[in-house]
Amino acid sequence: MRPYEGECLMLSESAKSRIVDLFPRYPDKHSVMLAALRVAQEERGYVTEEAMGEIAVLLEQTPVQVYETATFYTMFSLQPLGKHVIQVCRTLSCALVGADGLVRYLEQTLGIKAGETTPDGLFSLKTVECLAACGAGPMMQINDDYYEYLTGEKIDRILADLRREGRSPLASGPFLIPLLISSPP
Amino acid sequence: MRERERELVNYEKILLKNMETPGYTGDLAAYERAGGYRAIRKVLKEYKPEQVIEIVKKSGLRGRGGAGFPTGTKWGFIPKDPTLTKYLCVNADESEPGTFKDRQLIDRDPHQMLEGTLIAAYAIGAKVVYIYIRGEFALGAKILERAIAEARAKGYIGKDVFGSGIGIEIWVHRGAGAYICGEETALLESIEGKRGLPRAKPPFPAINGLYQKPTVVNNVETVSNLPHIINRGPEWYAAIGTPKSPGMRIFSVGGHVKRPGNYEVPLGISLRELIDEHAGGVRDGHRIKAIIPGGASAAFFTPEHLDVKLDFESIAQAGSMLGSGGVTVMDETTCMVWAAYNLLGFFHHESCGKCTPCREGSAWLYHILERIEHGEGRPEDLAQLERLCGNIAGKTVCAFGDAEVAPILSTLKHFRDEYEAHIREHRCPIGDGVAALAAR
Ligand SMILES: Cc1cc2nc3c(=O)[nH]c(=O)nc-3n(C[C@H](O)[C@H](O)[C@H](O)COP(=O)(O)O)c2cc1C
Ligand code: FES
Repeated sequence: MRPYEGECLMLSESAKSRIVDLFPRYPDKHSVMLAALRVAQEERGYVTEEAMGEIAVLLEQTPVQVYETATFYTMFSLQPLGKHVIQVCRTLSCALVGADGLVRYLEQTLGIKAGETTPDGLFSLKTVECLAACGAGPMMQINDDYYEYLTGEKIDRILADLRREGRSPLASGPFLIPLLISSPP
Repeated sequence: MRERERELVNYEKILLKNMETPGYTGDLAAYERAGGYRAIRKVLKEYKPEQVIEIVKKSGLRGRGGAGFPTGTKWGFIPKDPTLTKYLCVNADESEPGTFKDRQLIDRDPHQMLEGTLIAAYAIGAKVVYIYIRGEFALGAKILERAIAEARAKGYIGKDVFGSGIGIEIWVHRGAGAYICGEETALLESIEGKRGLPRAKPPFPAINGLYQKPTVVNNVETVSNLPHIINRGPEWYAAIGTPKSPGMRIFSVGGHVKRPGNYEVPLGISLRELIDEHAGGVRDGHRIKAIIPGGASAAFFTPEHLDVKLDFESIAQAGSMLGSGGVTVMDETTCMVWAAYNLLGFFHHESCGKCTPCREGSAWLYHILERIEHGEGRPEDLAQLERLCGNIAGKTVCAFGDAEVAPILSTLKHFRDEYEAHIREHRCPIGDGVAALAAR
């Protein structure tokens, strides 16, 4: 997914004001860095070089200070990604209950390998480390939403929902586990 | 008889009580109906900050973030000089593999955590609090923002907290994906907008923390305990659990158990009780092979350790640590080399790169484990692993170095024959460690 020729990769005015609005929360502007990068990423789906340059100006930092921070955190991408970014937890507790099988299933279903994006730009697939859902694995995060207790059937429904509606009602709500509380022994 | 009484008191839920009540919504009205925001009112009316610190010292509360440091003592290190700016940071980074309790405390009872936060801020004289929540908790951040807005509208948070004339602001600061930012000084760097690289200590955050100001970092579960300690008194709290590890603790139990979940139990119950009685025991037809008792940074236990008591001292004495309270259970189908390899995948990925022994060492450890698991190990590899581990632990700025060697050294200690079999047979004798995905 290359952005098309001449597409504006700068921050919009509303994005800039979202960033500036956070300044009063901190004694210095530098502290708004992560929030600013998040705003930039939400706007284009990834953090553009142009946006990093503008963040540097807004936060009174050098561009390399922005770049060095952006590259440290896994949630920021400097490359375009699919519309739905699927992140499967691969860490131990999830691996014990089928995370590897989940990755294989998604790879087959989407026809891509982990680390790749589907040609239609709809889905990117990656593996990530523990997302604090270990008791509810195997699990994945798609954009902001968690999906837990996954099975093949549930994944099919989630992907179909996303293709059709852009979102799925199978996303997890506020966390409580185990859901059925039985009285202690 | 006294034993029996103690047991009954012990098993009354404290932190999970509201959220496990059917119909509890977690909004401000629901929290107040359940008795919420009484403790902070009492504190503001009746106690000086030093008195709150004394009460928390007397309760014996120890930090739930990992190290178990006594909370009141930590607060006591903050200089009393009223002209100094002080900060409180609540650690909601929860990224220790196997741990998922703070997420539930945030999602289901945010005001309990906020009330505790106000109490802690008042005790140390902090006028600004940052809640550092891991970036992936988008829902949790939204829930917290909403709860803070509710409390601010009522005058519970802001310039004049409960009409006391004291101002306390609470802001949510979202992380962006980096395990190391749970380490308290990396967390401070991250709030300051930088890469999350831990700082060398001393100076400790209590003297020189966020923006070089005296700072306390406390875990979500730690602060959630505070309203209850104020309401029911430090003596009540100190009587729960063991004398040195008082109180209740939420254990996140996962892996090969029948009922994975968060269980709040008094400190000092046995690992066996937690797994068998609360988490429903190991899955049918299987037996336990190994247990990680306190998050991925804690040494592996074997079934021989099932009677170890879950308190800070007993677990340390048995060679592991209570850590984050994340308990991972593995049955006999799990290859121990594969398990260590999986966790080193985590540590290798998450090493922040600041200290050479950790940055380079984690890569070496990972690649050696990879080749052993894939049947390409060499006889000298085990000694090499041990040598590398010895050159990492204790030789880094933060405790990450000690954490990353724990899975290796403990599996080598308890399951050395399994490593040797991999090398001798040029394959993994257990299987590829891959659990299939259920169809439905
Ligand atoms: C590598 C590393 C990761 C950590 N991750 C967390 C974490 O995710 N959450 C947490 O509360 N504490 C974490 N800690 C512990 C914190 O450094 C700190 O001790 C704790 O937040 C203090 O709070 P407490 O006194 O209430 O326990 C981590 C420590 C290390 C060394
Ligand atoms: S191990 Fe997958 S969420 Fe923790």
